[in-house]
Amino acid sequence: MWSFILKRLAQGVITVWFIATATFFAMHNVPGDPLLNDRAMTAAIRANVEAKYGLDKPVAEQYVIYLGNLIRGDFGISFTQENREVNDIIREHFPVSATLGILAVLFAAAGGVLWGALTALYRNRMPDYVIMFFVILGISVPSFVIAAVSQLMLVGVNSALGVTLLPVAGWGTLSHMLLPALVLGLGTMAYLTRLMRSSMLEVISSDYVRTAKAKGLPAARIFTKHQLRNAILPVITVLGPSIAAITTGGFVVELVFAIPGLGRYFVQAVQQLDYTVIMGTTVFYGAFLVFMVIVVDVLYGLIDPRVRMQ
Amino acid sequence: MSETAKPVLSDDHFTRSAGKQLGLYALAALGVLGGLMALLSFAVGGTGGGAGGGAIDSDNNSITITLRQEPPQLDSGRSTDAASFSVLGHVMEGLLSYDRAGQLIPGVAERWEIREDGATFWLRDNALWSDGKPVTADDFVFAWRRVVDPETGSQYAFITYPIKNAEAITNGDLPIQTLGVSAASDRQLEVTFEQATPYFDKLVAFITFLPAREDFFQSTNGRYAADADMLLYNGPYLLTDWVHGASMRWTKNPYYWNDEKGFLDEINVAYITTDVNAKLNLFKDAQIADTDLVAPMLPEAMERRWHIDRFMDGTVFFLEFNHREGRITKNKNFRRAMQLAQDPSELVYKVLKEAAYIPAESLFPSWIQGAGDLFRKQHPPTKHQMDIEKAREHLELARIELGLDAWPPIVLLTGDTPVSTLSAEYYQELFKRNLGLEVRIDLQTFKQRLAKMTSGEFDLVLSGWGPDYDDALTFGDLFSSWNLNNRGRYDSAEMDGYVRIAQSELDPVKRMQAFAEIQRLSYEDIVVLPMYERGWSFVVDPRLDGLIRRTVGPEVDYTYASIKRE
Repeated sequence: MWSFILKRLAQGVITVWFIATATFFAMHNVPGDPLLNDRAMTAAIRANVEAKYGLDKPVAEQYVIYLGNLIRGDFGISFTQENREVNDIIREHFPVSATLGILAVLFAAAGGVLWGALTALYRNRMPDYVIMFFVILGISVPSFVIAAVSQLMLVGVNSALGVTLLPVAGWGTLSHMLLPALVLGLGTMAYLTRLMRSSMLEVISSDYVRTAKAKGLPAARIFTKHQLRNAILPVITVLGPSIAAITTGGFVVELVFAIPGLGRYFVQAVQQLDYTVIMGTTVFYGAFLVFMVIVVDVLYGLIDPRVRMQ
Repeated sequence: MSETAKPVLSDDHFTRSAGKQLGLYALAALGVLGGLMALLSFAVGGTGGGAGGGAIDSDNNSITITLRQEPPQLDSGRSTDAASFSVLGHVMEGLLSYDRAGQLIPGVAERWEIREDGATFWLRDNALWSDGKPVTADDFVFAWRRVVDPETGSQYAFITYPIKNAEAITNGDLPIQTLGVSAASDRQLEVTFEQATPYFDKLVAFITFLPAREDFFQSTNGRYAADADMLLYNGPYLLTDWVHGASMRWTKNPYYWNDEKGFLDEINVAYITTDVNAKLNLFKDAQIADTDLVAPMLPEAMERRWHIDRFMDGTVFFLEFNHREGRITKNKNFRRAMQLAQDPSELVYKVLKEAAYIPAESLFPSWIQGAGDLFRKQHPPTKHQMDIEKAREHLELARIELGLDAWPPIVLLTGDTPVSTLSAEYYQELFKRNLGLEVRIDLQTFKQRLAKMTSGEFDLVLSGWGPDYDDALTFGDLFSSWNLNNRGRYDSAEMDGYVRIAQSELDPVKRMQAFAEIQRLSYEDIVVLPMYERGWSFVVDPRLDGLIRRTVGPEVDYTYASIKRE
């Protein structure tokens, strides 16, 4: 088990290095210039600014310096938020995205498993049809539409009640998180419901379930031990990447609900060619994604003895 | 089917008991989620602070507002953007500032004198820093020297170039001590000019000229203005709280001298978002005191009988021609054809439909001051008449002059905002219809568009220019051959001559005549095609008085705002 984990970690480090290198050179080859601004700079002013950011050196040298800093965990200072270190930006804003992401994943996982099991149990009956209709809706409607519409509905509810039931936007308390987390998790919840449903259906018609029924085991026990536990495996597999995807993909929801998460820095940095923030967020999120995949691999081994054996 | 063959567990029975079990799991999941959320809410207590006390809180004499973006740079020597200007306008004060109507009034300086060779500013006794020490002439000397210091890397260093030696110092040719600014005493600031600068008083109201105190600056160890406690304030408000990217709190500054400003005890910036729809929803929910309205929101706003205000943000948008050698747009007949084939009022009223936009008639916007009255009142621009027939004649002349058989596609470079995309598509269709020209739209993000503008990869570019200071020169010198913002590289000795007069002529009437010539030339030589002057519609909570949106200076100004008393 330990050698397995160590091997996966070493692979992870190489993957992250590859992400960093690819991003670095791609970024430097994107047309445009990070220092350009509305007001043109004279050659002298420009040279001063370039020297400040080390952009006056050849790209290869910048790469070596960059890797050195990366090993020391120093991502440098943002180009657009000139007073802030990228480390600070990640440290201050990632917890917000992570909180939102964890909550969203919890909603999605709990909802996905429960709805999925329910639809499989009542397959081709009313609950199945109704839930699957919403699942299709959840998968096909993009999150920015859901976010905007749900916010608008909340404004309506608040003004109809005459009190602020839930805040419309902002961050700070649990009531601020509820709606954005739900909206953020909705797509994944719908996806997991479908996954859980099909995996459950496969299990239901399997030999061991039939055997268990024939043995006369109580229904609740068959359902929990033989059906649910086996059907949940594929859901756990996709959960790791989903956590990463939700945590990194919250840009739209963060924008609509004015949430100070890392997502907006991630997206805006690319638009504004903020080199240091691009590198910082990409490498950080890359490492996070790789780490989550490793965690899932290990978890998988714990749940499924067959994987542990190999 | 016999009794004994009946399965022990019928399907229905199984579904029922399994369903019951599932219900139990659902309850358990809800319980766990609830518990986790309670834990989380405890854990994230410090990350937002965005919970405001509603739009208007008359008990605490405070209001809640939004900012469009996190201010990127509150170090006045280095900031370049409107968001930072707006914040600094509340927490700092320069030598001069603006009154409610946008006229210059004394700030830290109680009086001043502009001469041909320099200027003197006399500072008031009661202008204090937020630690109670007086603001002195040395604080300005230190701040301005920092701006021109090559090590600071200030992008706005160019704006100080009227001061003696400023440009040479930025270029690294002279030490910063040689800058033409000195403290004759604590209360008297002396400035020497590189050349006569009659508009210098307007210049010093700009953000780059704000003071900074040396001992405090050194004590921040390179983190000056990075956090709320890393900046020393001398404006009507103090920045007492700053959660990056999330919220800010501006509190009334007890040391501020002017009783005519800073009526609110607290301004709570609870949200930072660019999303106008989110802001509108917050406004409807009475969480923020004011919000901007874009065209699609106007019908609803009118239905709700909101009092809709407008203001011009000062920016003029135009189609800029590429005047470089070898470009089709270098040909004057070609440019004339394009000019005659369009009419900006059609773009504004029929296409963009933004209520606060007005069609641009000149390089100089309508609000620019002349000598004693509005510049455009004293010097009306040439009346533009669309004339498609004449346009086609000029196009034919251009074709013969250029020796072309057919017109190649014209490249129109544009940004990716909704308004610029819409405008570009309008021009594409217009020039096709009226002149039979094929316009190819080159849509680029902000930095990429700037890169292409700088390198000259365009025939036409959709661009805009906003004022830095309240003087016609902020637009007037744009197309001088030496101005780096002249991205189309328009180069004419006549234009350069008028710009030189406008820069240093001391007689205001003669100076305005030079601007009038620049206006005439930019139309007759078709330097650009003016499109529109940008404005914004906005709505303010009826309980709030005195919110000012400015054309020059901080775009939004709450320093004169107060809550109405019943």
